[in-house]
Amino acid sequence: MRTRLKGRLNLIEVSHLTKKYGDNIAVNDLSFTVEKGKIYGFLGPNGAGKSTTMNIITGCLAADSGTVKIDGHDIFDEPIEAKRAIGYLPEIPPLYTEMSVYEYLRFVAEAKGVDRGEIEDQIKNVMAETEITDKKKRLIRNLSKGYKQRVGIAQAMLGNPEVIILDEPTVGLDPKQIIGIRELISSLGETHTVILSSHILSEIAEVCDYVLIIAHGNLVASDTIENLSVNYTGKSTIKMIVKAPEGKLRMALDTISEIEEYSFEQPELHPELLNVKITIPRECDIREKLWNTFVEAKCPVLSLETESLSLEDVFLMLTRDPEPDELYEDEEDAAPSAAKACAPTDHIVGAGKRNVDEDGGTDESDDESDEDDGDKYTSLFTISDEDKTDKGGKN
Amino acid sequence: MGAVYKKEFKAYFSNMTGYVFIAFILLFAGIFVSMTNLRGGYPNFEYSLGTISFTFLFVVPILTMRVLAEEKRSRTDQLLYSLPISVPQIIMGKYLAMLTVFAIPCGVMLLYPIILSFYGTVAVLTAYSAIFGFFMLGAALIAIGMFMSSLTESQIISAVLSFGALLLIYLMSNLSSLIPSTAAASYISFAVLVLALALIVYVMTKNYWAAFSVAAALEIALSVVYFTRTAMFEGAVGKLLSSLALYGRLDNFIYGIFDITSVIYYLTVIVIFVFFSIQSVEKRRWS
Repeated sequence: MRTRLKGRLNLIEVSHLTKKYGDNIAVNDLSFTVEKGKIYGFLGPNGAGKSTTMNIITGCLAADSGTVKIDGHDIFDEPIEAKRAIGYLPEIPPLYTEMSVYEYLRFVAEAKGVDRGEIEDQIKNVMAETEITDKKKRLIRNLSKGYKQRVGIAQAMLGNPEVIILDEPTVGLDPKQIIGIRELISSLGETHTVILSSHILSEIAEVCDYVLIIAHGNLVASDTIENLSVNYTGKSTIKMIVKAPEGKLRMALDTISEIEEYSFEQPELHPELLNVKITIPRECDIREKLWNTFVEAKCPVLSLETESLSLEDVFLMLTRDPEPDELYEDEEDAAPSAAKACAPTDHIVGAGKRNVDEDGGTDESDDESDEDDGDKYTSLFTISDEDKTDKGGKN
Repeated sequence: MGAVYKKEFKAYFSNMTGYVFIAFILLFAGIFVSMTNLRGGYPNFEYSLGTISFTFLFVVPILTMRVLAEEKRSRTDQLLYSLPISVPQIIMGKYLAMLTVFAIPCGVMLLYPIILSFYGTVAVLTAYSAIFGFFMLGAALIAIGMFMSSLTESQIISAVLSFGALLLIYLMSNLSSLIPSTAAASYISFAVLVLALALIVYVMTKNYWAAFSVAAALEIALSVVYFTRTAMFEGAVGKLLSSLALYGRLDNFIYGIFDITSVIYYLTVIVIFVFFSIQSVEKRRWS
């Protein structure tokens, strides 16, 4: 299968894609390329245009303008050739529930034009890879959600497509199933190019090589996970509670050259206090300096804590809504707690791995109400138990 | 296409739908054949067939209601779109699967004239040509039902739409005789039709000027023709409506005429509605 990855470097070229639903712009002038042999993560809040983009790439939806080329074939002009290179699992697995697993896979294999002689072998292989061989004769209707998802992935793998596109493959699964699916995706990445959409950051961090962050239909970041954390998290934030008038505080802060930016906020309950937020480069540690400066200025420091931007913060920063709508207000609510719960920076890359064991507690809520946007958001800020205790300690 | 055809055909027999459809037709065929041919003593199987064709009103919606609506509801249409097969292939696969299911009771009915011939002289060829006409009528109605199914994602709405359309077609030959045949009446009916068309244009394009210019252009053309060649409008609406009377064409076959124009007529209806279904499914991708 590796040999198939030779040839053209850019497997998918998306340029200036725009899609409107009435007056609502779902995807706005989106351009990116996907190279062979990597796992791409498509990240964005609900309603950002992830599914719309994936539907357009796979030919399920027509764009208003822009082009999509898959392995050199335009999805609109040469749909058959382009679709041959794609295996797609939409958000809701497209399963014929009255068919058995084998019948279903056989139908997909035939529809994909797999050679007659190869059909049996291919079905056998994908069933083995997705571990559904023992469910072969069961009706899809009677399978659990995790197995349905596996059947959906098996379907996408048939016909050995160059690229496999998975739209939120772990939504609504239990923690054990999530781990299973993630492992499956990682192993898929060894032989295929995979595009995976998710709003669960730890998942993206664990599985993907490269991240595309999309918000309000725009591509706001596209980089490797390592670069994202360096480029966007090169700063630390210090949060302080100080008892001082604003003018005095400004004078004190202006004497420290390392400070890039600062802002104040007056807590409602204690008007005599000020919440200060200071941004500094990551490598600096100015806590001592700050302390001394405030002591000299006779401003009592009541609290001081450092935070680093994590992938969660990068995500929130990039996807912040200029005009918050209803959906977004949910997110604003969630933001402070997420920011507080942020782990130290070294957490970013390994976030998912560290979470594997503890995933249970957080992701289960996802399982219970996968239709509920609010709950999806809690899963967005999945944190390890360790981090939760940190948070508890701080409060 | 082959894969869709096979899948669809199997699907009719993995649940009740296919069995109910076939049983219904054969049940009514049995009832009418025993009434007309066995008890009444008529050797003409085709007479019973004319009555049996009435069951299409109920059985065609059973066959067609889920064919495209269910795909949309369960989101399996996304799978079909992402597979390397074109929409015309999908629709043709589904349509041919339905025709195959429908061919089963028709095949059983081929035996009836032979059974009857044991007890008297039966014009077997006439009976077979009538069964062929019956099949063509059914095929045309199934195409219409499939189009109705493409319009909605609810099986119930799809069934009701198909039933309504089929009932209208069934009553069409009677309705067309009710319409006054004077030229003025035809002129007014066409004028109203043009306004309805303009309304559809407006709903589809949301463009006021497009709808207005369509309406204006057609109304002017209509008026010019009406005032210069009034005779063309005599009974025109009646003719238009009776051209939509699919059931009327079956009578030719029943009276022993193998009518090529009717065959072409049915084929045209099939092609048009299969085409409409393809367009309707393609349109979903644009919305």
